[in-house]
Amino acid sequence: MWLTSKIKQVLLVLKPGVVTLKYPFVPRPVPDTFRGAPYWDHTKCVGCGGCANHCPARTIMVRDICQEIRVMMYDGSRCTYCGRCADVCPENAITMTNKYELATDDKYDITETMELFMLTCQRCGRCYEMETKNAIDRMDLRGYRYDNIEARTVIRKTTDQFEPKVFQETAQFKRPEKL
Amino acid sequence: MLSKLSKKMFAKSLWVYHCNSGACNGCDIEILNVLTPYYDVERFGIKLVGSPRHADVMLLSGAVTRPTLPLVKKAYEAIPEPKLVFGIGSCATGGGCWFDTYNVTGGGDKAIPVNYFIPGCPTKPEAIIYGVALALGLVDKQASPYELKQMEFPIDAYERKKAWEERNVIYQLIKD
Repeated sequence: MWLTSKIKQVLLVLKPGVVTLKYPFVPRPVPDTFRGAPYWDHTKCVGCGGCANHCPARTIMVRDICQEIRVMMYDGSRCTYCGRCADVCPENAITMTNKYELATDDKYDITETMELFMLTCQRCGRCYEMETKNAIDRMDLRGYRYDNIEARTVIRKTTDQFEPKVFQETAQFKRPEKL
Repeated sequence: MLSKLSKKMFAKSLWVYHCNSGACNGCDIEILNVLTPYYDVERFGIKLVGSPRHADVMLLSGAVTRPTLPLVKKAYEAIPEPKLVFGIGSCATGGGCWFDTYNVTGGGDKAIPVNYFIPGCPTKPEAIIYGVALALGLVDKQASPYELKQMEFPIDAYERKKAWEERNVIYQLIKD
């Protein structure tokens, strides 16, 4: 009696065959709608800072090192891959790639830095669709920004003109220690 | 170098202890997903155990919150040496959306030394397998920081200035 049930089991198992993936030895494609690590196209970017304003985890830091040059940094260690930066980008400079194999032993391996030239805008001046419906959206920063890139913090301080004094003050910024 | 050393130290099966330090259960479900027959990690000899005293590896998920901080430290000390810690998910890697808030220490590496980081929110099961394979030395590391630089002006400033001057010739003529 037990033998017939075992034979039945074997026949049942033979029908689907082996379902286990051979993943790390064979590459596995992702679905089309998958959002992996974001990628910046530095030739398209105009440096409006819309992605930095809209990022929920505040992964994108913007620092103006002089009047014309703006440094932007994406810190992937705390990115939630929501895709809001790609949505808000007016020039479609950010694309969500399908790269997910991001495991590292050093968490600063998943950063992107970009250096941009800045000019006076000849167009409307509203680079991306700035929402003004609620208080959080009205907190968007505009003008010259001085986030600290080494400490990886967003500093909510902007000026209309580039001020070297604020630039030097923010260079020594340290995040408060909690432990 | 670390992967070579860990290949020597953890030559046989890794026993895994799963530690949730205030995660949203997204990463925990993906960890359980990895243990199913579809993404079978038992072919690498990985087995989930209930006690940190039996484990070689700690899977840490979640940004370490203030109430769980002493418990995470205790669980880490209970694992016998040599041990590895995997930070799974964006929260364990860098703190996620909550890296600045008042009751979060801001990532697993602020509380205990984390050897391998697996980002993602939640991590894909394949990404967890990739991280484990990276630790075992089966695959190469793919992530690396990269720097981009604009070498020329995005809008051609000289052409624009020339066009502006040509357009304003009429004003110069009127002035005279």
